[in-house]
Amino acid sequence: MSQYQWNWSVVLEQVSGTEEFYYQWLAAGLGWTVATALSAWVLALVVGSLIGILRTVPSKPVAALATAYVEVFRNIPLIVQMFLWFFVLPELVPHNLGIWMKQSMPLPEFTTAVIALGFFTSARVAEQVRTGILALPRGQKNAGLAMGFTLGQTYRYVLLPMAYRIVIPPLTSEFMNIFKNSAVALAIGLTELTFQMRQITGEYAPANPIEVMTVVSALYLLVAFSVNRVMALIERKTRVPGYISGGH
Amino acid sequence: MIQINNVSKWYGEFQVLTDCTTEVKKGEVVVVCGPSGSGKSTLIKTVNALEPFQKGEILVEGVSVGDPKTNLPKLRSRVGMVFQHFELFPHLSITDNLIIAQMKVLGRGRDEAMDKGLKLLDRVGLKAHAHKFPGQLSGGQQQRVAIARALAMDPIVMLFDEPTSALDPEMVNEVLDVMVELAQEGMTMMCVTHEMGFARKVASRVIFMDRGQIVEDCSKDDFFGHLDARSERARQFLSKILQH
Ligand SMILES: Nc1ncnc2c1ncn2[C@@H]1O[C@H](COP(=O)(O)OP(=O)(O)O)[C@@H](O)[C@H]1O
Ligand SMILES: [Mg+2]
Repeated sequence: MSQYQWNWSVVLEQVSGTEEFYYQWLAAGLGWTVATALSAWVLALVVGSLIGILRTVPSKPVAALATAYVEVFRNIPLIVQMFLWFFVLPELVPHNLGIWMKQSMPLPEFTTAVIALGFFTSARVAEQVRTGILALPRGQKNAGLAMGFTLGQTYRYVLLPMAYRIVIPPLTSEFMNIFKNSAVALAIGLTELTFQMRQITGEYAPANPIEVMTVVSALYLLVAFSVNRVMALIERKTRVPGYISGGH
Repeated sequence: MIQINNVSKWYGEFQVLTDCTTEVKKGEVVVVCGPSGSGKSTLIKTVNALEPFQKGEILVEGVSVGDPKTNLPKLRSRVGMVFQHFELFPHLSITDNLIIAQMKVLGRGRDEAMDKGLKLLDRVGLKAHAHKFPGQLSGGQQQRVAIARALAMDPIVMLFDEPTSALDPEMVNEVLDVMVELAQEGMTMMCVTHEMGFARKVASRVIFMDRGQIVEDCSKDDFFGHLDARSERARQFLSKILQH
């Protein structure tokens, strides 16, 4: 084995032939990773909640459509969905819209990554929200309706507040997944953290890939840890006094 | 107040209710009893349209429950219901349980709703627990809050579906006392219950159901006083539950 020359300060060095430093590239990558994951998470929560709720409504056709949605977005690999949104969709939409998407849509890689990741994750969020609603005692819905709430109000005031509380732990792991999954966006050219790592270790600092990869891994761990803490805080703040999960 | 005319209901092939006809007049307390699975819960839930039915007609103050044009949330807001498992909203404090529907359904202001809620909470003897959450109360206390929550909507009639059967025995009376008081104040009530002491005390009429049919529908005095005139099934049922 050849001698590996450890150099932990590699990330502090200047990129040869530029004014920039490697840590700036990593910071920019981290910024895109966080921005993409957070935006996609908002999309996933909104769409996922809606679909999850629709899977539990009395109307059979509506529930069936929502189920089909979940199956499609959950079962096609994320990277394939990413390519479909980026390369295929512009060809399928009306001509002018396609041109706009290819030539003038702002931040095309970012926008596409958010949409692809958001819809992919929404299917998983939908499943969690549905599970939470179904975990509630059946009588809760009747109790809401019996008070005179409409079905919508019953979801809003009675079912969802408890359902979300119940599924905070699985939602936490989906939230952490979305950060990891955002790395797939390098395939469409988004300059997120893993993209930067590959660029640095591939073309620029081939002598010290291990250090760069270690730093990048540590950054992902830091993000995951932060997400975990935030969700634990939310769980604590929303804990219901005296409530024993499982109901009756 | 409530008229139930020839109501039948099926779950697929299985007929849960067969040609049920009865009525609850203003100020009456009607007790519904019968063996488990006889359709008591199903019948009482058809009154506020929590269970749909396929045949017959139900009128609540002249409003047809089965009519697709009927505004069900509005109808339900005038019919109070108390469930076997209380069904308080666990994430809301007792006060919020008492005021949320007053505000969101009836459009009352917070102060008015709070005033009303606390008065009723006092009436069921739980004023000191206003700030607590349902999970911090005993079953009997939760059920009393559930009664107060239903009363806060100023219902024209109250439906009870086995309100004491999920309670530990020592808590049954605190709930029955509230119900007796309510009956004596003239509230119109339809109660599914096996508490024959309660029936003897306040019932106007007793309905006995078996296998989805109303087998007996008579005055309290006829029901308890002339057992020999009752059907075989009703007598068997009574002898079983009165042994306890
Ligand atoms: N959702 C349902 N689907 C099929 N059968 C049901 C359903 N709900 C209740 N049943 C049946 O209907 C019958 C009456 O139930 P119920 O009204 O709850 O009886 P009770 O309250 O008198 O014990 C029972 O045999 C029960 O198994
Ligand atoms: Mg029942």
